[in-house]
Amino acid sequence: MPVLARLVEAAAIPTVTVTMMPALAAAVLAPRIVGVEFPFGHPFGMPGDRAMQRRVLETALTVLSGAAAFGTHVDVDIEWPLPRAAAYKSWQPKEASPIVALMLASMKGDG
Amino acid sequence: MIVDSYAFLPRSFVPLYSGASPAPGDDGPVWAPFEKRLAEARIALLTSAGLYLEGEQPPFDGEREKADPTWGDPTHRVLPASLDGRALGMMHLHVNPEDVLADPEIALPLGGLAALVAEGRVGSVAPQHVSVMGYQQAGLEVWRHETAPAIVELLRNQGTDGLILAPV
Repeated sequence: MPVLARLVEAAAIPTVTVTMMPALAAAVLAPRIVGVEFPFGHPFGMPGDRAMQRRVLETALTVLSGAAAFGTHVDVDIEWPLPRAAAYKSWQPKEASPIVALMLASMKGDG
Repeated sequence: MIVDSYAFLPRSFVPLYSGASPAPGDDGPVWAPFEKRLAEARIALLTSAGLYLEGEQPPFDGEREKADPTWGDPTHRVLPASLDGRALGMMHLHVNPEDVLADPEIALPLGGLAALVAEGRVGSVAPQHVSVMGYQQAGLEVWRHETAPAIVELLRNQGTDGLILAPV
């Protein structure tokens, strides 16, 4: 996804990337980054939690419109409100993605 | 608070991401200044959740990905600012779609953005927004040479002043 941010930014349209993996976005040089420590699939927060979603969106807009320099990175100070183990499990697809299934098969030696 | 990028990632996947470095040719800064006031700016959203208009747009191609696991559908879908009751579908084999389908605002906060426009904090919501399917390995070159230029054209044509991208 940061590759799209860079290509859009190179076309003179400012971007901000809201991401669960800000370290990755920074490593591949996304121009502006907002980090969230949320389960994958939830960049703006909990379903139905308009206040949480708004905080993330407002942070994104502040960084988008106010960042002074390339590489600006702001993390949102919100702790995921559900138990970590349950959240870790529930974001994952019920069936392993094709590439993960292939990797698991390979690790077992039958792939 | 400093976000732990690997907090929700299976431990065995961490090495796949922790050593990431820029792609060849992508190793320098790229920067477009945001010159307008936010209250006068038109903002668009881009999600990688693989969302599409159910019954109106084709889903992203999960069947081909199942047959060719290193391939991910590199096309994009254009979504309107207001769904007017139309349903979204989601095709992304790497995340559980239940929460996004229950509340698409967690991936594509069109309602949240519209509320900020109504309050005068943001100038306007772009008429059209973008959905891609974020798992890209073999398809990345198509993203670079076909999808990204098409997205840029869409954003320019509707006078977009800034884009919020949200990978899932």
